[in-house]
Amino acid sequence: MQSSSTRRFLDQPIDWRSRLMLVVAAGLLVTIYFVPLWNMTMFAPQYRDGLRLDIYAYTLTGGNNGQDVREINVLNHYIGMHELADTSFAELQWMPFVIGALGLLVLRAAVHATVASVMDVTMLFVYFGAFSLWSFGYKLYQYGHDLAPDAAVKVPPFMPPMFGYRQIANFEVYSYPRAGTYAMLGVMLLLAGALVSTWWQSRHTPEVPAPAG
Amino acid sequence: MKRRNRYPWASVLAVVGLALAASQCTPSAPRRSTGGAAVQSDVAVAALKTYVPPGDLDQYYMFSSGGHSGQVYVYGLPSMRHLSTIPVFTPYPATGYGFDDESKKMLGDLTWGDAHHPALSETKGDYDGRWLFINEMNGRIARIDLRDFKTKQILGPVPNLHGNHGSSFVTPNTEYAMMATRFSVPVPQRPVGIDKYATEYKGIVAGVKIDPQSGEMSLGWEILMPPFDYDIGDAGKLVSDGWMFFTSYNTERATGKLEVTASQRDRDYIAAVDWRAAEKAIAAGLGDMIDGVRVLDPAKVPGLVYLMPCGKSPHGVDVSPDGKYIVGSGKLQGVTTAFNFEKVQTAIRNKDFTGEEDGIPVLKYESIKDAEVPVGLGPLHTQFGPDGFAYTSLFLDSAIAKWKLGTWEVVDKVPMSYNIGHLAAAEGDTVSPDGNFLVGLNKLSHGRHLSVGPSQPESSQLVDISEEKMKLLYDAFTEPEPHYAQIIKADKIRPIEVYPKEENKHPLAVWDVNETGVTRNGNRVTVKMVAVRSSFSPTSFEVNRGDIVTIAVTNIEQTTDELHGFALLDYNINLVVDPGETKQVTFTATKPGVFAYYCTNFCSALHQEMQGYMIAK
Repeated sequence: MQSSSTRRFLDQPIDWRSRLMLVVAAGLLVTIYFVPLWNMTMFAPQYRDGLRLDIYAYTLTGGNNGQDVREINVLNHYIGMHELADTSFAELQWMPFVIGALGLLVLRAAVHATVASVMDVTMLFVYFGAFSLWSFGYKLYQYGHDLAPDAAVKVPPFMPPMFGYRQIANFEVYSYPRAGTYAMLGVMLLLAGALVSTWWQSRHTPEVPAPAG
Repeated sequence: MKRRNRYPWASVLAVVGLALAASQCTPSAPRRSTGGAAVQSDVAVAALKTYVPPGDLDQYYMFSSGGHSGQVYVYGLPSMRHLSTIPVFTPYPATGYGFDDESKKMLGDLTWGDAHHPALSETKGDYDGRWLFINEMNGRIARIDLRDFKTKQILGPVPNLHGNHGSSFVTPNTEYAMMATRFSVPVPQRPVGIDKYATEYKGIVAGVKIDPQSGEMSLGWEILMPPFDYDIGDAGKLVSDGWMFFTSYNTERATGKLEVTASQRDRDYIAAVDWRAAEKAIAAGLGDMIDGVRVLDPAKVPGLVYLMPCGKSPHGVDVSPDGKYIVGSGKLQGVTTAFNFEKVQTAIRNKDFTGEEDGIPVLKYESIKDAEVPVGLGPLHTQFGPDGFAYTSLFLDSAIAKWKLGTWEVVDKVPMSYNIGHLAAAEGDTVSPDGNFLVGLNKLSHGRHLSVGPSQPESSQLVDISEEKMKLLYDAFTEPEPHYAQIIKADKIRPIEVYPKEENKHPLAVWDVNETGVTRNGNRVTVKMVAVRSSFSPTSFEVNRGDIVTIAVTNIEQTTDELHGFALLDYNINLVVDPGETKQVTFTATKPGVFAYYCTNFCSALHQEMQGYMIAK
């Protein structure tokens, strides 16, 4: 049951400012392919320069020309952690596709230009963002908890930090979002901005009666 | 008799009194003491100048020859900390050198060498930090690559050359490293009675050509020389580029007890060799083939060599940074002689000769020398500072003299403990010496360190030469025996710390644990093995008694410091494999039984678990 004013708002075309925001949002989505979403950095006395892991939408890369991922895996094998590899993350397969699809939907909304289409893509985007975060957290949980029973060094299951700092054994571990996540946040704000801007306009524009048809 | 016994006490008292008086006359230490206050430095200044706090890095590398230990030792300056040992002519279990197939082949039949004079590669007369060359007495010369601080090539034993002492001094653009013989022998080698020494025995000076890209050494040319003992050399630079200077002693051509027979003449010679002329003569096809090598005879190729008379039994010959002066130090004199290169050229042009030796002209001493500098007793070797000062080691005086080029005045002396041989100043034999520091490489050190029994270490003493007065800063004790050293600014060398995977072209390298294993071809067994924290793959393998076994161990780590060792007990096998490297060893499985292999180079918390078994049936 929708009130007629809501329906009218949903069908309402968005203005040029909102369209511009959508185009910028689509552009931001493209940048996500080129910058990491998240970074984890680990320091220990013998790793003064830190071991760095960058998470991209489609791959994991290590610092020091990729060597840091190998090093993290060498260290993790002692406590029976699964190997970090692109192939063990299904997310890395579908995320680029979903980002592309969302980009196209954003562009579609810019062309179709109704509040409803912007609303749709915003909802999808929020869902995608929330799901990705949950999936990232769940993966971290799994990695820290699903340890091989025959590991050389038995450690109690642990949760690596998702955001912020945590001391794990002799390692200081820092985990923070990087440019890709901020870009996603930017996309979200732009989508919201497009909606708010249109809503603001509709409140301050005198209603034009629909042409008789 | 009665009378004598009358005063027995008086004579006893007289004797005791005299003894007491005599004991008061002799001081307990030498008056002109070198063991007392003079040798001690201003402690606070010295401490500040040499202290490198934990975690901080030194300013200079020093590469010190290890003498008859056959190795090169690397020190950091100014801390004088020993950083590493580069094995060259002698097996070194610590790095597995001389145990794997490649280094065993490089060493050949000789497991020992007497390393003498390290020489850093140069570009335009300045150190470029690419390679270090070092000679040894068995007619060999080696190249160390400073990209990984490893010995890459040993050239020799070079035919006709006996006792390669006058080596490995490089030319200003590393066109050549040099070789020159301390011992003369019949050339070609054959048994000839010692009574024919003066005529049948010959010395050799050789140029070792260096590939400008790879550093690969090959024999360029040899020159037949009179049977003198060729000692030390230095290449001309800038104005004197193209010439090479070698000191020689026993120009008496004496045999027997040389300490007497070879010390009769007041002057011996510095041999000035026009190495570009030698290069041209070889290119023109001159010279005779002797023992597979083309040898030039200066009697037949005029202009190749000239002899410069130099004070008695010279050791060091050193060309000043501007290339204008050639400083020769007669070790049995109290002066060092500065020759003027321009005057040498003039004398050659004017044929200002006083005689000849086997067809080689001898230049007139008075015409070519600029000064005899009264540095002190037993001058051996000279290095240079950036400001026109020269530093000469004095073996007999146990001191270093500082003197000025041009004015020839001696301005300062600092005692050394004891009997300094060579000395090395920071970049002190290049066209642009650095100053700051100088290291005296002493032969004796007794009393300067906690006693370690009769086999005493040598000492290397750090001297501050940044100010007018030289100051002794630090005593370090070094492995035998530092004959010479090279000191280079640290930022000129940028070593790698792992061998990149892409560069590993070893045919038996494997990077995947799944590709490891044993293959057999008749009685030849090949084991491809991977080492990574903290296991070997495979963890066991079987061979049959009498098999010829090749084990190739690839360290698939790409992490700094993660070396793995591979020792096979009772088979005298000991490899150390650096990150990214593959090393191979071949042996015959002569002993049946079960033999453990394990990681020798501590790698991780589970290093002790890194092991496996070879079963020889």
